[in-house]
Amino acid sequence: MVMKRIGVFICHCGRNIAGTVDVKKVAEEIGKREDVAIATTYVFMCSEPGQKLIEDSIKKYDLDGVVVANCSPTLHERTMRNAAARAGLNPYRVEIANIREQCSWPHENEPEKATDKAIRIINATIEKLKANASLEPIEVPVIRRALVIGGGVAGIQAALDLADSGIETILVEREPSIGGNMFRLSETFPTLDCPQCILTPKMNDVANHPNIKLYTYSEIEDVSGYMGNFKVKIKKKATYVDWDKCTGCGECMKVCPAYALSEYDFGMAKRKAIYIQNEQAVPLKAVIDENKCIKLQFDKKVREGKIKPKKHVRICEKCVDVCDAQAIHFKNNEEIIEEEVGAIIVATGFEVMPAEKFPELGGHYPDVVTALQFERLLAPSGPTNGIPRRPSDGKIPKRIAFIHCVGSRDPEHGVPYCSRICCMYLIKQATLYRHAVPDGEAYAFYIDIRSNGKGYEEFYERSKEEYGVVYIRGKVGKVYKVGDKYRVQAVDTLTGRVIEMDVDMVVLATAAVASKGIKELAKKLRIPYDEWGWLKEVHLKLRPLETPVAGIFIAGTAQFIKDITDTVSEASGAAAKAMAMLSKPKLEKEPLLAKVDPEICAGCGRCKEVCPYGAIDIDPRRHVAVVNEALCEGCGACSANCPTTAIQVVNFKKPQIINMVDVLAEVF
Amino acid sequence: MKKIMFYPGCTLKGVAKNLEDSTIESARVLGYELMELPNWTCCGAVYGLAQDSVKFTIANVRNLIRAQEYSKEIGDNRLIAVCSMCYNNLKRAHIDVMKNRDKLKTLKLFMDEESEYEGHINVQHYLQFLKEFGFEKIKNYVKKPLKGLKVAPYYGCLLLRPREVAIDDVEDPHILENLLRVLGAEVVDYPLKNECCGSYHTVDKKEIVGERTYKLVSVAHDVGADVIATSCPLCFFNLDRRQEIAKAKHPRFENMPIVYFTQLMAIAFGKNSDDVLHFDRHYISPKEVLAPWL
Repeated sequence: MVMKRIGVFICHCGRNIAGTVDVKKVAEEIGKREDVAIATTYVFMCSEPGQKLIEDSIKKYDLDGVVVANCSPTLHERTMRNAAARAGLNPYRVEIANIREQCSWPHENEPEKATDKAIRIINATIEKLKANASLEPIEVPVIRRALVIGGGVAGIQAALDLADSGIETILVEREPSIGGNMFRLSETFPTLDCPQCILTPKMNDVANHPNIKLYTYSEIEDVSGYMGNFKVKIKKKATYVDWDKCTGCGECMKVCPAYALSEYDFGMAKRKAIYIQNEQAVPLKAVIDENKCIKLQFDKKVREGKIKPKKHVRICEKCVDVCDAQAIHFKNNEEIIEEEVGAIIVATGFEVMPAEKFPELGGHYPDVVTALQFERLLAPSGPTNGIPRRPSDGKIPKRIAFIHCVGSRDPEHGVPYCSRICCMYLIKQATLYRHAVPDGEAYAFYIDIRSNGKGYEEFYERSKEEYGVVYIRGKVGKVYKVGDKYRVQAVDTLTGRVIEMDVDMVVLATAAVASKGIKELAKKLRIPYDEWGWLKEVHLKLRPLETPVAGIFIAGTAQFIKDITDTVSEASGAAAKAMAMLSKPKLEKEPLLAKVDPEICAGCGRCKEVCPYGAIDIDPRRHVAVVNEALCEGCGACSANCPTTAIQVVNFKKPQIINMVDVLAEVF
Repeated sequence: MKKIMFYPGCTLKGVAKNLEDSTIESARVLGYELMELPNWTCCGAVYGLAQDSVKFTIANVRNLIRAQEYSKEIGDNRLIAVCSMCYNNLKRAHIDVMKNRDKLKTLKLFMDEESEYEGHINVQHYLQFLKEFGFEKIKNYVKKPLKGLKVAPYYGCLLLRPREVAIDDVEDPHILENLLRVLGAEVVDYPLKNECCGSYHTVDKKEIVGERTYKLVSVAHDVGADVIATSCPLCFFNLDRRQEIAKAKHPRFENMPIVYFTQLMAIAFGKNSDDVLHFDRHYISPKEVLAPWL
């Protein structure tokens, strides 16, 4: 069982490793071990000749184990294991010793110590490898259906791509209509396509596609299962309207006497308590806002015993009187639907920080709006029919200040990162404003203009040359009200002068942040997110669409803010990833899972308590822990909590770890 | 009468006698005797921003150590400062050495007589002390509500920056407004409440401070204020004295009296004698504007 003919392959990684670590010396030292048949180096072990070297050596020296000393296993473990498999060696007899991220990079200034450390890391890895078992991958079945969470442009594109390839797809959107942020925009940069023109056809395709099941006004309640076999509970929120009967005629909205701020217009307009989200909504169905509806509020008070009505009181119900389809029933029709899918794409999008978060920039004044709010004031379908008007008094603003980087690139007031899209949409908004109000003046205050996309720089130039937008390089420190105007106090860093300017309206490009509720959803999906709520990809460069949970993918701005072009590309990419997975008859799963020794296990259940995947049960008859291999991710939490070492992760057993620690802790 | 430690600072012993006496008097009304810290030294005025600012911190650490000793006698670890600059310097020194214990060790090498600084001193600005006392409770001590007096609250920079010593939200503070409302005054929305007064430019570039004063006072007029209330002797001096330059350069400029918020407290508490308010120390006398309450 114990390996005696181990091959050690040390990678230079160009100068990444060899620039610091003396790889020749490492090979010499390791080569002295009795259990090592060959220790050699190569400039790029991951390259084809590098892999060939490993394959040939396995055959030539009849190796029974391989250690590759190179970069992090997240990068090339799979590569090296595949190479070994081609040469006939069980892939789980290959281990990676990370001497780049954990050695050469952090110890750049101490080459000698780094060389010693590299030797130690490799020795420890050999100790672990020696007790590795040969394993076969576990096979699990696949449900050929997919779930897409979020009905913005990313979710729409991903769902259509999946459905077109013949995969039955469920699309869940929490708002009453799909369309997301993009559908609310005035026009899109740099082509000035109107989203109503380019997104509506896709939205209708979603509604009519035989392979797409659309749940709007719905949220994810619970997710369980594993790749290829997820069980999802979807909560359809109460609409109080029978959608099978509702024709979307909109008569109810005309007579309803109760108002609320429109979410669709980001508060720039009002809607009724019964409403259809917008004229082109998909589906074109009405919902009742239970917190605003006079009748539902009355009913609630009756239920709570606050009001005791006389018999047969009819409260409002004006909408019922005009509904020819008799669709309005006022019944709480919330329901939970269960679906089974093989893959999940998370496309939950973004939102922007509210203006109120920036009182120093006048965010609490009505005429100081976020850029998304201003989109609605510029949109032909918006509350002002595309000619911007001040929310306070309805006047057409003759001078507008557009302020870039509000909360972005500013850890003191917001977030440290650049929100990426603001430069371009403010350029677009200033252009559209100058188009809509030809005698208006547009001033943009910026730190840098970042116009790094196809046609973007040209679009920026055009805004200056053709539309006379004035760009002032400098941050705005304060905005305050003086009479009817807003005074903008800024610095022009090109001239070094302080600027004071009175304007009619201020548009703030507030920082983009992950959409509300993403953390709760991520917890249900057991996928990680960063401190700002952006979902974490497996590898920023090489695996940007995958989450660490196999079978769950990310599309669009749920991962990080990006423009429509990139969002749509990613959505198709994520759909392709899901398709590749769902097109296999069976899925292979890493066999590095927890295993119970029933002879030792006392059935105390501590492992069951700590398992984050719900993979462990206690067999009531034998009174021992049982691992569901399909659910187990091999994290090792059970093993760390087991008082008797009865449950251990295969190839990560306690003696292996102790042997590694012994080598690493040994004093030279 | 409860006792609490008080760090006056140099200005309160000179030009800002009106700040010192109105502070002590108003505290007395609330049942607190402000006990002057024995052997206090200069706060340093401008905090050292050099990377190696060990020597700079020494004076304030000495003050903190003296407070530590005195607090055992007083039985309260709060050290109250009312001058914004003193507060800022003492608090920053405290945070600085608590974060960098090595610095404290180095400082020790320069001090022979002092004991170790243990870090228990709670440096508070008088406004923080009042908030902790309870603004609602202060209402009970108001004898002459400042009803109808329109006040522009002015924080300047030292109460709010850097963020770690800020006594309230850096961009949108309200602590001073809340106090003034309790006193019965009408607080105007003063957008420049945390703008710069020009600071020490008042020494060699008076015209810069003249311009700042012009702007700060004009906007206060625009939003309908009768007086500007502050807690900083430097802000007070700049906004008050430099109105002369503002007036000379902008003939249409209208003067406005500047007061310490503690003076307004004293007036509201009915302590309006000259030896508390010292209106003779104001360049623009607030007597006329405050007459209805005097």
